[in-house]
Amino acid sequence: MPSEVDAVRLRGIGKRFPGVIANHDVDVTIRSGTVHALIGENGAGKSTLMKILYGVQKPDDGTIEINGNEVVLKSPTDAIDNGVGMVFQHFMLADNLTVLENMVLGAEKLHGIGDNARAEIRRISDRFGFELEPDVLVERLGVAARQRLEIAKVLYRGAKIIILDEPTAVLVPQEVDALFANLRELRSAGNSVLFISHKLDEVLAIADDITVMRRGTTVGTADPKTATKHELAELMVGSELPSPETGESTVTDVVELELHDVTLTDEFGRNLLSDISLAIHRGEILGIAGVEGNGQSELVEAIMGMHIPTSGRITLSGEDVTRWHTRKLREAGIGYIPEDRHRHGLLLDSPLWENRILGHQTEAPNVKGPWINRSGARKDTTRIVEEYDVRAPGIDTLARALSGGNQQKLIVGREMSGDPKLLIASHPTRGVDVGAQAAIWGHIKRARKAGLAVLLISADLDELIGLSDTIQVILRGRFVGTFEPSTVTPQDLGAAMTGGQTV
Amino acid sequence: MNSVRLRRVGMALLAPAIAIVVSVLVTTIVIAAVGSSPGDFWSAMFSDPSPRLRVNIINQTAMIYTAAVAAAIGFRMGLFNIGIEGQYLMASFAAASFAGAAYLGGFLNVAVSIIIAVAVGAAWAGIAGILRTTRGVSEVISTIMLNAIAVTLVGYLVDRHGVHEGNSVHTKTIKSGSMVKGFTPYEPRDGQVWALSILAVLVGVGFWVLLNKTRFGFDLRASGQSQSAALASGVNPKRMIVIAMMLSGGVAGLVWLPALFGDAGSYGTSYQSQLGFLGIAVALLGRNRPLGMLFGAVLFAFLSAQSNTLTFGTDVSPSIVQITQGVAVLAVVVAYEVVRRWRTRLERRVVADEVPAATEATA
Repeated sequence: MPSEVDAVRLRGIGKRFPGVIANHDVDVTIRSGTVHALIGENGAGKSTLMKILYGVQKPDDGTIEINGNEVVLKSPTDAIDNGVGMVFQHFMLADNLTVLENMVLGAEKLHGIGDNARAEIRRISDRFGFELEPDVLVERLGVAARQRLEIAKVLYRGAKIIILDEPTAVLVPQEVDALFANLRELRSAGNSVLFISHKLDEVLAIADDITVMRRGTTVGTADPKTATKHELAELMVGSELPSPETGESTVTDVVELELHDVTLTDEFGRNLLSDISLAIHRGEILGIAGVEGNGQSELVEAIMGMHIPTSGRITLSGEDVTRWHTRKLREAGIGYIPEDRHRHGLLLDSPLWENRILGHQTEAPNVKGPWINRSGARKDTTRIVEEYDVRAPGIDTLARALSGGNQQKLIVGREMSGDPKLLIASHPTRGVDVGAQAAIWGHIKRARKAGLAVLLISADLDELIGLSDTIQVILRGRFVGTFEPSTVTPQDLGAAMTGGQTV
Repeated sequence: MNSVRLRRVGMALLAPAIAIVVSVLVTTIVIAAVGSSPGDFWSAMFSDPSPRLRVNIINQTAMIYTAAVAAAIGFRMGLFNIGIEGQYLMASFAAASFAGAAYLGGFLNVAVSIIIAVAVGAAWAGIAGILRTTRGVSEVISTIMLNAIAVTLVGYLVDRHGVHEGNSVHTKTIKSGSMVKGFTPYEPRDGQVWALSILAVLVGVGFWVLLNKTRFGFDLRASGQSQSAALASGVNPKRMIVIAMMLSGGVAGLVWLPALFGDAGSYGTSYQSQLGFLGIAVALLGRNRPLGMLFGAVLFAFLSAQSNTLTFGTDVSPSIVQITQGVAVLAVVVAYEVVRRWRTRLERRVVADEVPAATEATA
């Protein structure tokens, strides 16, 4: 139960880096024994604030009180001494060591490295339901178990205030539920949890208090019992929330892409895609819904010429392109926003202007004959950066240095360049903050109005329903249902996606 | 923007600088540990090279540089062509045999021999490329094996068809009309700078142009950075692997030609092996960049040449130079990784600095 003294009180925290104010006038109060959610868009200053609370960075202004005492945190060691522990998004575990060894590493003095430590780990694990076996190698653990180990490590070191940086980003829904059960146990044992996220459903499900950050400062608090997702999102964005709604239909009767009974078989003879037929008209967005791994990637790769279908036919603007290679298809006017932008969409260690060329190595303004047109590509990159609001210091910045949302905006801008006929968009707004999401939706909608045909694959059912003109549900490599977005609900789609019902 | 670029250049130089300092330190410690005088060693190493050594340094630089470019073509594409050694051995033998047979006269003989060297080097490397794309054999393994095969094969062929002279054997000597000597910067006894060293310059410039200015070079670099992104961008990865291997092997074929036509006149005892491995080391040292590798090649050639003077003035073995070279390569690989991480952090900070500022401006 919450005690009288607040676990953490941050007052007037400010942090400046050369040329930028990362945090200013930040006030956060974490009541003892609660789960406190800190939400905000990417770049709102959450990370800086966490680092300040964990002693990684020193604030320029303001005060930190822990359990009623004002403290100065010079390093994470100070933070741990004050009972503050942090679980980073990227785990810091040694795979080739056991759970026990990982746990005691760097904390050997607490309970030794032998049976005392083992007993302590068992105690923590049993108390909070972590199900950790001290002598199992970490490499054998799944993501969720590793995360529990990280939390246990923090507790082992005596933390009573636990910071979790986007802990659910790496988990599947069932694992999220299990994590929340663990967090509730932690709370009932009197610990305080600072939960950082931008998934509003989860925040509403677990948090006792919510603090919203925007542009480096705290802009408000909300009570999860009464707040709605919509209200929270508006607080985060600071304006009316965009909706993916496309408005009136712009579907024409000209077929741009057509698949006839496309089947793709893997080397073991299993069907990855079975008799897929579809037609996308100019000005139409066809949405594909499905649980991940049901053939969406293969469908995209078949259309993009990365896999040649085992049987069936693909036509683009009436021309048979079944056996065309990726480059030829791209030259024919297909824009491609890949599912995994780091693996398929970018050269992370190249500057932005070289990334403008990627995928369009044979098209103006990037090249002149066999030569790279450096000035043309640079100029066009500048245009994309401006038109698509890519927040970067310049076009010589490495793609790796950009945030996910800005990387995605660059990709969208690139793929929309040169007026494509067809856009294959796989999860175009995944991992992108609300502002960038709205911008990307806007670009897709505008292009649709201008006659672009779009194949949209998304795990975000609101996005699918909002943008699509038609929705197909894919299950185990087959289309199992066609839905009308204006009448369908996410529940209907969910049922079809899991095979509960076909139409 | 300019300050960012300046910083980038500064950081690019930082890693090799660290590496050289570390290798000098380690060498000094090793020399001191075995009881010799590091002072004598370094004063001998950094003494002004004699004219004879200067000529030698230039010639060696050219050959090492060519080998380095051959290695770099593979590296930039994410391929480890460890078989440069075998490729230039095959190519040198083929070119020497053809030129020595004197089917053609004068300069034409030289030109066709160069083409043959390139073709043989490319073909030998192409075997590894095709094995990789059709059978999935790692090019590291296949090129090492092809090195061994090349040594045996050339040994057999030269023994079978070469000219035997006493204990030694060599290919037919090239007629003087088909030799490409070079120019004599000092006294004749100091030797000549071989004319075909110009091939190294052409290869270096060609490499830079190909990589930075052409579509093909972009595809190559993209494939090296991210196979998956290159595939999605429309690069045919199999074709790219074979072409890059052949290109690398073709350049490797040129490595020993300056010596062949400038001095040796035949493939035999004067053949210089190990240039391929030196080239790989220099490519690592120069980070596969044309200018970086030039610097590395000069450094390696300089160290090797200067080590000859050690025998006279000091009691330090010339082999110690190999430690310096080895440590330099090792240190540079580590230093580059450290600098790369540091630079990424810095870039992120720059982005973080400027981006919210832009937000404020538009708000």
